[in-house]
Amino acid sequence: MTTQPSDTAVPQGANARRLLPLAGRTLTLEQHRALHGPPAYQGSAQAVINEVRAAGLTGRGGAGFPTYRKLEAVLNAPGRAVVVANGAEGEPASYKDRTLLYSDPHLVLDGLQLAAEAVQARQAYAYVHPDQRVLRQVREAVADRLRAGIDRVPVTVVEAPPRFIAGQETAVVHRIEGGLALPRYAPVRVTERGIGGAPTLVQNVETLAHLALIARYGAGWFRGAGTPEEPGSLLATVHRPNASPKVIETAAGVALRELLGLDGYPARAVLIGGYHGTWLPADRVADLPLTNAALRAHGASLGAGVLVALPVDSCGLRETARIVSYLAAESAGQCGPCLNGLPRIAHALTALAGPGAHPRERADVSRWAGQVERRGACHHPDGSMRLVRSALTVFEEELWRHEHGTCVAPNSGAFLPLPSPMNPPRTDEDWR
Amino acid sequence: MTTNGTSIAPATRLRLDPTKCSGHGLCAELLGEHIALDEWGYPIIADGDIPAPLLADARRAVTDCPALALRLDRGARR
Amino acid sequence: MSAASGITSSTALWYASRATGIVSLIMLTGVVVLGVAVQKRGRLPGLPKFAVVGLHRSLSLLSVAFLVIHIASAVADSYVNIRLTDAIIPFAASYEPLWLGLGTVGFDLILALIITSLLRARIGHRTWRWVHWLAYVSWPVAIAHSLGSSTDLQSGWLLGLGIGCILAVAAALAWRVSEGRKPHEVPRAARVSVLFEQLSGGRQQ
Repeated sequence: MTTQPSDTAVPQGANARRLLPLAGRTLTLEQHRALHGPPAYQGSAQAVINEVRAAGLTGRGGAGFPTYRKLEAVLNAPGRAVVVANGAEGEPASYKDRTLLYSDPHLVLDGLQLAAEAVQARQAYAYVHPDQRVLRQVREAVADRLRAGIDRVPVTVVEAPPRFIAGQETAVVHRIEGGLALPRYAPVRVTERGIGGAPTLVQNVETLAHLALIARYGAGWFRGAGTPEEPGSLLATVHRPNASPKVIETAAGVALRELLGLDGYPARAVLIGGYHGTWLPADRVADLPLTNAALRAHGASLGAGVLVALPVDSCGLRETARIVSYLAAESAGQCGPCLNGLPRIAHALTALAGPGAHPRERADVSRWAGQVERRGACHHPDGSMRLVRSALTVFEEELWRHEHGTCVAPNSGAFLPLPSPMNPPRTDEDWR
Repeated sequence: MTTNGTSIAPATRLRLDPTKCSGHGLCAELLGEHIALDEWGYPIIADGDIPAPLLADARRAVTDCPALALRLDRGARR
Repeated sequence: MSAASGITSSTALWYASRATGIVSLIMLTGVVVLGVAVQKRGRLPGLPKFAVVGLHRSLSLLSVAFLVIHIASAVADSYVNIRLTDAIIPFAASYEPLWLGLGTVGFDLILALIITSLLRARIGHRTWRWVHWLAYVSWPVAIAHSLGSSTDLQSGWLLGLGIGCILAVAAALAWRVSEGRKPHEVPRAARVSVLFEQLSGGRQQ
């Protein structure tokens, strides 16, 4: 990892610091307990679910699904349930999950225990991003809790492989079962049949942290931040020109212009939602609030909270070509359309990112994009095409410039983060 | 037996497991009215139920697929 | 009279066994070649892919039918002492135990291949595939049995036939192991890098 888990800014628009402790701190069990007390068990599965429902908590892993519905699905599925804290964070531009796990693992682990209460699970897993410092932190936290006898359900820590799609639900299940972190095609959802055939709750670590606080401080408190439709605080990873990426705690409704510092440094364009997200023109974004409702009208969504302001001296086409080459290399290679389409699209985008007219490539990319969407076992091709389509729209002018041999930023270095050195998977072991 | 012109036979859909499919292309030969091949040889299955006259061919596509990647789903789902 | 008719009917059964044996061998050779064609996504001129698969399957069932007659007539024939159990349990016969035993092994393997293929949907693709590799064992066993257990194939035009079958399977094997860079021929984890290599190599596919 080239960036440190970043220090935290004061949450904007939220009433109080909620998830992240003060700058740079990591909390021990005692410190965490002093701050929040022991896990606030509710006494019954339904009690947890009711509180979560009243709070309006939605998944913070990217899908934004109402959490109480997922809990209900797993609780009602036949068989003994299993819960998983998903901290794989395969998205290279997102740092929030590993930062949270590093600074206050006990908050996430509290949430994991409460999730287990909500679905009557007897086994829990923490699926963690392959950063050795974060892994060590989580393992120590689990050991400390074992010694203190806090956890009702035993927790096993599993290291995720450094793959973009390692956090995909079925890939998580597959990996925890001892196999490779590959998505599976199954007509039945993991909430019905997951790890070892058991109903499985896979929940993002930030969602679990919110769950822990909702159980402690109540649904009303949770709704004290954000908007009525999108309540609560949320973690975002913000990338701005002339600054290192920052994880901040903010809330729905805050102005994007503020979060991205657009008044200070003009941006060429803005990327919302990470590498499966959407490019938007900077001026369109300037007056938008950070809400899914507002973003959806422009074809975007918050996803896992990655916000990027591309510097004016960066070429959006070149950045996109780099990202899509990475996304293509990270394909599981299981499904024909994704395997065949993504590398070809990446290759064509690389041509379009260079000088000269490439009429064939433009038509090819359009045709291929239509051929890969919704034809895989997971949404990797879909999300990747979302990025590609938005790039071709937002950087239309840039395409014209390249055709005529110029570029807004002919000598710019890379801005968007990718694993360094680039480490494409080549053998099965790279997926374990 | 029909009611208001709609058949009450159970809805049948072809489901493809894309992780098993390796692009043999038999299904498109057997069920050309419902399955086309993309430019890389992988099947594009039309949305919707299989019309009754094609059911026999659909069943054959399911059994003949060398990769066992196709399934016929019965029952009015969705 | 009884001795004469005994020898006549015995000879007829013996001839039937040898003839159906040869036909089975030719058919099984065809099955192997067609099986490789299916795996390699090859086509017979003028035939759609589903016909290649269909022929492979039909021919294999037909060859089992001929094999059954081949075995039944050998057992029924009183000239040599081959029991019914020798058809399933190898190397226990009193007549040519080695060469006959190989035939029994071949038949057992073919039975396993046929039964697992008929039950393919029940047992799942992975199990089916593991058993199906035995096909590459069953054919050499069959040809060894054919060459060793009777003098028919050891001279004359039948020897030519035997050699023809060996050449056909050898060619199919060479085709099978020939370097392929299509996605299904590359291990999953390496597929994308192979495609990227092909793309930068200029071979627009």
